Amino acid sequence: MSDAQAQLPIWKDGSFGADAWVAVSAETELPADPAPILVPLAEFLAEAGRYTARDGDIGVLVGAGEDVHPLVPYLGDLRLIALEFPKFADGRNYSTARLLRERFGYAGELRATGDVLIDQIPLMRRCGIVSFAVKHEPTRRALLAHHSVEVRHYYQPVQSDAEVPAGTRPWARLPAARLPAA
Amino acid sequence: MYRYDEFDEAFVRERVAQFSDQVARRLAGDLDEEQFKPLRLQNGVYLQLHAYMLRIAVPYGTLSSRQMRKLAFIARNYDKGYGHFTTRQNLQFNWPALKDVPEILGHLADVEMHAIQTSGNCIRNVTADHFAGVAADEVADPRPYAEILRQWSTIHPEFLFLPRKFKIAVTGADADRAAVRFHDIGLQVKRNEAGELGFAVWIGGGMGRTPMVGYQIRDFLPEADLLAYSEAIVRIYNLYGRRDNKYKARLKILIHEGGAETIAAEIEQEFNEIRYGVLRLPDDEIRRIETYFAAPDYPTRASESVPFKRARLADPAFDRWVGNNVSPHRAPGHAIVTVSLKPIGGVPGNATADQMDAVADIAERFSADEIRVSHEQNLVLPHVALEDVKAVYDALAAAGLATGNAGLVTDIIACPGLDYCALATARSIPVAERISERFGNPERQQEIGPLKIKISGCINACGHHHAGHIGILGLDRKGEEFYQITLGGSGDETASIGEIVGRGFSTDEVVDAVQQIVDTYIVHRESSEESFLAAYRRLGPAPFKEALYGTA
Ligand code: SF4
Repeated sequence: MSDAQAQLPIWKDGSFGADAWVAVSAETELPADPAPILVPLAEFLAEAGRYTARDGDIGVLVGAGEDVHPLVPYLGDLRLIALEFPKFADGRNYSTARLLRERFGYAGELRATGDVLIDQIPLMRRCGIVSFAVKHEPTRRALLAHHSVEVRHYYQPVQSDAEVPAGTRPWARLPAARLPAA
Repeated sequence: MYRYDEFDEAFVRERVAQFSDQVARRLAGDLDEEQFKPLRLQNGVYLQLHAYMLRIAVPYGTLSSRQMRKLAFIARNYDKGYGHFTTRQNLQFNWPALKDVPEILGHLADVEMHAIQTSGNCIRNVTADHFAGVAADEVADPRPYAEILRQWSTIHPEFLFLPRKFKIAVTGADADRAAVRFHDIGLQVKRNEAGELGFAVWIGGGMGRTPMVGYQIRDFLPEADLLAYSEAIVRIYNLYGRRDNKYKARLKILIHEGGAETIAAEIEQEFNEIRYGVLRLPDDEIRRIETYFAAPDYPTRASESVPFKRARLADPAFDRWVGNNVSPHRAPGHAIVTVSLKPIGGVPGNATADQMDAVADIAERFSADEIRVSHEQNLVLPHVALEDVKAVYDALAAAGLATGNAGLVTDIIACPGLDYCALATARSIPVAERISERFGNPERQQEIGPLKIKISGCINACGHHHAGHIGILGLDRKGEEFYQITLGGSGDETASIGEIVGRGFSTDEVVDAVQQIVDTYIVHRESSEESFLAAYRRLGPAPFKEALYGTA
């Protein structure tokens, strides 16, 4: 792991930044308030009070295939939901991302973690993910170079402010504005 | 035919640029093979036994003459002068170089074609009845819906990394020529009692290691709900389909293990959440897309043609070809012509560049510029005037394409098998060639009547052997090829999965075994009106077992 990767792992809004979130679990002691904590979904649901009673931001880590329906009552309390892609070919959390954004109206940060690669980032974005924990060096280089690999004509609508209808075709979409690549 | 507008044109050019970039990054080492593999598969590039293979999408099997000529051009310049039409109405080139693929995609884009999602764990190219729009028995043309589904599924951001491949087929008639019951989603366009258009919907059909006939989840789905319902099905599959074992990852297994009613309830619930959302189809957009598929202006013609009748009487070979390869058309005085790609002793589905050009020329002159690819690996000329049928026949004969065997015993479906495919356990093409030769005599074929033989070179069943009246599966036993035979399968509206008749046969024995099965049918049929499939369904396997193994 390069130094930059260790210090600035998170790609968001066109640059790499630090990861302030402290990963905790049922066994770990919670850090002093107000450090933001990232809790695995099952542990959060088992003992939500332990985490919400703190004076600090809460994020939840959702593994591939985990059901987020029980999380719905807490969505307003969460500033981050990190969706895990254990292998880039495991596409379950694309659906989960859309459910969180479009069905349940989650408005906080949606992050992809795990095997996050340049060719999948545009798809993740369309599903509502806005930040990316990137370990893959060629992907980091490509992002820094703003190397775009996206097809920016979309044949199906997703609910997103970032896209607008293309002409009169009801389900064709175009990017709303020229955003920074990827 | 569907025509690209500026949006479609810009899309397909961006897609070519994207893939070119991916190839460049692969060659530079920024992508390893594991990372590159799903990307190339999503663009139809396989790594086969000897070379890369490029599978080009022919959406719902419809091609113009101009597109066919471009395929011939590619065959000539980037391959060994031929291409292979597949059971999913696509075209495969077996010998392109990876470095040439971006350039080939550029040529395809020039004629509004691409190779998008012809493989990989995503929603594949949508197929349809090859007689769509012209069949005499059709309620409505299924292709506008197939085009709508093609657009929706193309680079769908949520559904490019599904547990496994996902196949959709649409038909518009009761007679099922698109095998919709063997698809992940099968749709039949129909009208309800109020006369409104909609679909009967089957889900979870498929071949492969565990063949299953689809489960009918809807008797009538309103037209406007097509995309919302499809999205609900694929979302449930994406979330809950198994990912631990690729042989248990198709939708059919989720339905089998989860229970059809349970999964159906999940789908309906998901559908209710999105039904009135952005995917609801506006009527004027459906009608707009329909206009692309409007039939050509057929000149008014008498329903019979005297020259056509005379030609039939004068030439027995032509007469036989008409009997098998010409089908009723909805417009009086017209016919649908099937161009067999199954010459006696030849490779099923192959066409040379010259043959592609010949078919393009014939279609331009006699078939309103249009060609279809059938899932039985033949071509179809959908708009031929009866008066021109003889001229079409003569032109096809000159190109070596006038084999009059559509639907007969030598109209064999075979997958590429061990001659090309990296997954194969046995050869399938040579077996098809030998069976074709054995039954090559035209009178003999005619006497046998409709009979579908389908051959796969491994358990993945790309040759659809489960749906063959006689199915042949090539396997490997201690380094020796052997062939398991199934009987009684069918891919039509009476869909059924073939039953294994008994122990398998060696390469030397398998053609004799097929002949024995056919002979047994001839002996036992009630009359020449009773087809092989009907006779098998009446008789069961016993007489065939006895003929093959000597025991009842
Ligand atoms: S059935 Fe097997 S051998 Fe034939 S094409 Fe499919 S994977 Fe290859």
